[in-house]
Amino acid sequence: MELFISQLINGLNTGSIYALVAIGYTMVYGIIKLINFAHGEIMMFGAYFAYLFAFSLSFQLPFLVVIVLSMFFAAILGILIERVAYKKLRKAPRISALITAIGMSLFLQHLAQLIFGATPYVMKPLVDTTPITILNFDISRLTLLTIGLSILFMILLTLFVYKTKPGKAMRAVSQDKEAAILMGINVDNIISLTFAIGSALGALGGIFYAMTYSQIYPTMGVLPGLKAFIAAVFGGIGSIGGAMIGGYLIGIIETMTKAYISSKWVDVIVFGLLIVILLFKPSGILGKNRKEKV
Amino acid sequence: MKKLLLIVSVVLLSATLTACGQTDDTVRLGVIGPLTGQYSMYGLAVENGAKLAAKEINAAGGVLDKDIDIIAYDSKGDSTEGVNAYNRLRDQDEIHALIGGTFSSVTLAIKGLAVQDNIPILTPTATNDTVTLDAPNVFRACYSDSYQGSTAAIFANTELNVTNAAVMYNRDDAYSQGLAQAFMDEFDARGLSYDRFEFGAQDDDYSALLTNIKDGSYDAVFLPAYVAEVGAILTQADTLGLDLPFIGGDGWDGIEADYADVANGFYFANHYSKTDEASNVQDFVVNYTAEYGEAPNALAALAYDAVYAMVEAIENADSLEADDLVTALSNLNFLDGVTGPITFDENGDPIKSITIIQVVDGVHEVFAKVEAGDE
Repeated sequence: MELFISQLINGLNTGSIYALVAIGYTMVYGIIKLINFAHGEIMMFGAYFAYLFAFSLSFQLPFLVVIVLSMFFAAILGILIERVAYKKLRKAPRISALITAIGMSLFLQHLAQLIFGATPYVMKPLVDTTPITILNFDISRLTLLTIGLSILFMILLTLFVYKTKPGKAMRAVSQDKEAAILMGINVDNIISLTFAIGSALGALGGIFYAMTYSQIYPTMGVLPGLKAFIAAVFGGIGSIGGAMIGGYLIGIIETMTKAYISSKWVDVIVFGLLIVILLFKPSGILGKNRKEKV
Repeated sequence: MKKLLLIVSVVLLSATLTACGQTDDTVRLGVIGPLTGQYSMYGLAVENGAKLAAKEINAAGGVLDKDIDIIAYDSKGDSTEGVNAYNRLRDQDEIHALIGGTFSSVTLAIKGLAVQDNIPILTPTATNDTVTLDAPNVFRACYSDSYQGSTAAIFANTELNVTNAAVMYNRDDAYSQGLAQAFMDEFDARGLSYDRFEFGAQDDDYSALLTNIKDGSYDAVFLPAYVAEVGAILTQADTLGLDLPFIGGDGWDGIEADYADVANGFYFANHYSKTDEASNVQDFVVNYTAEYGEAPNALAALAYDAVYAMVEAIENADSLEADDLVTALSNLNFLDGVTGPITFDENGDPIKSITIIQVVDGVHEVFAKVEAGDE
């Protein structure tokens, strides 16, 4: 039982990261119906930004400042990607946008390799990692911070989407773009805002990923990006709450598979799950079955 | 006009092609290793070690009155790239012998071709057991995986009193698997217990495995893997509060550069120690550091020895013909290697000692030296 709870905590740790990244997929999909396959690369760049802010300055920035700065620059990167690669294709067939997204993903990977080189950067955890004991369990402070900060940011996001005017506009655009334009909403700005928020959260996921697993390299976003995408589909793509639930579920399933079956089975089970979901409930856990209106 | 252009370009092209043809005023030794990418630290070490040896030998007059030319190509640690590099070395550079490939997987991919082409190979670092089997022209300067893995097991049992070990290895990597298997075989032979914990090359998250290990009652963890993985695993073990000694193989060499604090007090088997006081070792360390601005790792030392051993074989053979060279290599008795004396057994594997190193405050300390034949 104790072992099970320890593994559950490990699962929550990975799950938090997947959830943060999954939110980016789901928000962008919700608003422009595009699966942004370059999102894993934004996560990777976020980690590199944090490394640069933390270790290349002559003075030590506080941890929170490093995080916020990296999230800010990742947000700008997200907006830039949308403006350069996706904006012109909004009216184009979906497949064109999808191909562009895959191209963008590869472009960013190789750009990172050009800038930073292929040798992994070693990310020292920016916080104290000595485990603390809660009720007989040794839990890493980093794990607590990962889970805590992720949940905090997710609550902030939910408040933003449901309680503020831009949040309301965002929901309006995702429901019906044309009607939103008629209501005087600046759709371009809202799309940029969506990319900014999604990218910032993705970067946060990347920073935690790099700190927990101690390395940053140009292809680090690929696999967690895919897993987060599955989490978004799992939870119901387009739904923020769904992405969070999906993220935590995938994280826990993955850890439990590693702990009780074998790490060999992780990808089989996770990707198999994607197929099962698409076959039996394509809208995901929290997704609604929307009927096309005539 | 078009025809003229075509003729001119054909002429120009053929001129450049003939320019590639080699004259025989140098001894050309090929090197294949990952010079870029995640594993570049290994390939660059081999290239640097080989080039340093060549420089010293050339300064002392070369071999058979010729200079040594080291030609290094990148394999990125990938077998296909390695075969491409090999083809280039054979066809374009017309090498006399090959120092490499650096990785076992790459060397295994090249081996079949090299046996056909009869090009003498002395790999400094490919430790997989099968590299030298059924290949009379393939030799190595390092000891094999099984020898290293079983030595690690003997060390764990006799020096650290380990009777129940967690064996954690990368199932996607022949090196990691080979060492783990040899370790477990030796534990079986001694009637000791162990459990295996596999991970994959794509894994970044090891917390589930480490939590299971923490929950079991193990005396130590045997972790034969490369620095990139070892560093990540030790960091996570540290954050999870896993408090067991880790034992590794030569893939750990260089761990102190980025992970000195999480690797502190742990042990690994290696080919030599930078802190060894033997004069040839210290000369090598000083010269290498002066040349490249960093201390040599074991791979650099092995490549350095491999070039010297190859040159001694060329001198003994007094010829650059492949057959003469292979005969000279199999009869070689190379004494002043930095990594110990090298003589080859009937497979082409060296008979040499293993150094067990403990990482203490970021420095390699020689903890034990297991001589060849001590089993």
